[in-house]
Amino acid sequence: MNPILSAVLVVTVIGVIGAIVLVAASVVMHVPVDERVEQINAVLAGVNCGACGYAGCSDYARAVVEGGAPVDKCTPGGSACAAAVAAIMGVEAGETGCVKAVVACSGDCEHTPKRFEYQGLSRCAAVKGLYGGDGACTHGCLGYGDCAAVCPFGAIAVERGIARVDRSKCVGCGLCVGACPNDVIRLVPEHRRKPVVLCSSKDKGADTRKVCSAGCIGCMKCTKVCAKDAIVMDGSLAVIDQTRCVGCQLCLKECPVGIIRIPGVD
Amino acid sequence: MVVKLASIFFTMILVDNYVLAKFLGICPFLGVSKKLDSAVGMSLAVTFVMVLASAVTWPIHTMILAPNGLEYLQTIVFILIIAILVQLLENVLKKFVPTLYRALGVYLPLITTNCTILGVTILNLDEGYNFIESIVCAAGAGIGFLVAMVLFSGVRRRVEEATPPKCFEGLPITLVSAAMVSLSFMGFGGIVESIFG
Repeated sequence: MNPILSAVLVVTVIGVIGAIVLVAASVVMHVPVDERVEQINAVLAGVNCGACGYAGCSDYARAVVEGGAPVDKCTPGGSACAAAVAAIMGVEAGETGCVKAVVACSGDCEHTPKRFEYQGLSRCAAVKGLYGGDGACTHGCLGYGDCAAVCPFGAIAVERGIARVDRSKCVGCGLCVGACPNDVIRLVPEHRRKPVVLCSSKDKGADTRKVCSAGCIGCMKCTKVCAKDAIVMDGSLAVIDQTRCVGCQLCLKECPVGIIRIPGVD
Repeated sequence: MVVKLASIFFTMILVDNYVLAKFLGICPFLGVSKKLDSAVGMSLAVTFVMVLASAVTWPIHTMILAPNGLEYLQTIVFILIIAILVQLLENVLKKFVPTLYRALGVYLPLITTNCTILGVTILNLDEGYNFIESIVCAAGAGIGFLVAMVLFSGVRRRVEEATPPKCFEGLPITLVSAAMVSLSFMGFGGIVESIFG
């Protein structure tokens, strides 16, 4: 047989057989995809930040449709996004609380000294690996800006040795929470009246006092003054339950070290 | 027989590692090695398709191409077959093993044009392996790819934390470190021949 003809024939036949097999496979193994998944995917913020707890926006969209996940999990998208998703799913959105990151540490360079001079990789994780960090307090903000590096919105800057969140830029995606080796960053519901304890040290009051002049000393004055029992002690650290707090701000005035503050208000 | 298969298998992993000794599949090696879990996902998908592709291309070559004197069509026919195979595999996984489909995710379609797959199928025939040997060789090549990816993702993490000179940042320093990993694999040269004689 003509060599050119046979070559063309072989490739064509393989190609046609492949095409037939693929077409048959796509018909036989058709997996119906709910069109709502696509619609939800379109209205989500699309930054794939993972704040919802799923692997990405499309994963969350699938979870909403197939797994009955809540419609209000997209923090960057906010209430508008939740309403749009709820409209597609045909359910009520409800009011979604907007959360924002708060650095729960007041130990800037004026309040807490360094234990040693650190020279090396300028990363919190690296500093933390060296005897728990160079700060006198091993629970506070290390100030090397791992959170600032991971923030996709440029909302975090390190000022005077501790990280500070720009609340106008923060969308509450929570990436910084995972990046902080000392776990000093929390997501707190955005509220102009409810205060937060800006310290993360659970050490005994005397120990905290020795290393930082702006640490929670566990005096429990705030727990006593709170009328709603919203403040509980975690070791020697006061923690304000944001769901119980009514924003009376009595604790704010009572705190002897002045670390109970409203985020974003200096 | 078993000794020869073992020899082929370990040679493919340590000595003739496709990434580190033959420099095939560098694109996924650099692109997907940033994180350990994605590196493992990609490698498993590659291993899977490699074995399957070898199992399909070997009979096609020996039964259709070789008897008709059409060996020169190898490349184009194999590319065609691998592309079809990957598409088919994607459909099958989507339908029957959705968990694996989601785990392999985007890596599966990426493999369609991965040169290691084509490399394995063609080099198998160049070496004159029989059907069983081809499949063992493909499995070894896949595991070798996995080893290289896992090792390099570890190296990569250290490289990301380091602060090289500005001009070396990003891909250049990654290539330099890849070269060092490759160089260290040269130390395995001859080890398999000595063991399996």
